[in-house]
Amino acid sequence: MKTLVFALLMVSTPALADAPITVHLKNHRFMPATIKVKANEPAMLVLFNDDDSADEFDSSSLKIEKVVPGHAKGNIRLRALAPGKYPFMGEYHAATAQGMVIAQ
Amino acid sequence: MISALIIVFREVIEAGLIVGIVLAATTGVPHRSRAVALGVGAGILGACLVAAFAGELANLFQGSGQEFFNASILLLAVAMLTWHNVWMASHGRQMARELKAAGHQVRTGERTLMALGVVVGVAVLREGSEVVLFLYGIAAQGGTTATGMVAGGVLGLAAGAAVSALMYLGLLRIPAGKLFQVTSGLITLLAAGMAAQAVIFLQNGGWLEFFTSTVWDTSWLIKDDSITGRLLHTLVGYSEAPNGAQLLAYGVTIALILVLMRLVNAQSASPKAGHA
Repeated sequence: MKTLVFALLMVSTPALADAPITVHLKNHRFMPATIKVKANEPAMLVLFNDDDSADEFDSSSLKIEKVVPGHAKGNIRLRALAPGKYPFMGEYHAATAQGMVIAQ
Repeated sequence: MISALIIVFREVIEAGLIVGIVLAATTGVPHRSRAVALGVGAGILGACLVAAFAGELANLFQGSGQEFFNASILLLAVAMLTWHNVWMASHGRQMARELKAAGHQVRTGERTLMALGVVVGVAVLREGSEVVLFLYGIAAQGGTTATGMVAGGVLGLAAGAAVSALMYLGLLRIPAGKLFQVTSGLITLLAAGMAAQAVIFLQNGGWLEFFTSTVWDTSWLIKDDSITGRLLHTLVGYSEAPNGAQLLAYGVTIALILVLMRLVNAQSASPKAGHA
């Protein structure tokens, strides 16, 4: 039991150290479309949807599905990521709304 | 038009598979169409409300309202599925006997109809709100593309409903004596998958911050985004790269349901043995 509690404490993530990363969605395109984060550290994205219609920030590799209504913002919590590339998209406008998180 | 077809098809099939399992699990139960129809109706209404108030919902809980809402309704569905299965454990044999008897009336099953109605409502609400938001965005833009998108949406709806109906009809081919055992198994996996999905929303909301590392990665075999991946995700909670907390929730849910079923089954079996 003690080791389990210890393990829980070890893997629980520390508070966010860095400021949130701002991303805009305009004309169904992410700006910036490439987002760099530090590997193995959680991060926070704040997505501003500048379009009139809602979109869903969707990424299976990031395990995130988040609807952001038009002219609204959404907080997107990224868990600590192993180094690598994590594609994401705006599911309702996937033809143009494509992006990538790079953890390094 | 193709994109609308794909999105609507995907969401409809995810809700439709759950409706199909619920329909199979309530085979022969009187008034079950009413409970399922109520669930679908309430789900569609709820989906429109969630879509209309998406902004307000998102702003709750320091911007994590959506995650909180999704986790809550998923856990509600898990509780309802668990209750149904535990009920089935004590009355399943009786239900199978009733089903085999003439008239196909399974009165025993009426008890958990509302629970399964809630599950249907939750499934339709979750997938439906995405469809509503997506189609509303298209409709608001207007123009000729909107017509094509709506046509795609209707086709997607029809295709999704057809696949769900096929699965339901397939389940009905299972002999009456085994049907409820199979649906109990399917419902256990459905509940475990929903619990694991609820964990993801709790993690994304910042409430669960342990065991977040990926345990294994099978994205080389089946991707979450593929049709197979999505079907498996809905049916058995497949995830291409599950993290520890997800797996823990999955395992604990299955264990909890099985233990409860066994306890209730043992309890209901012992007095009957005296009468026999």
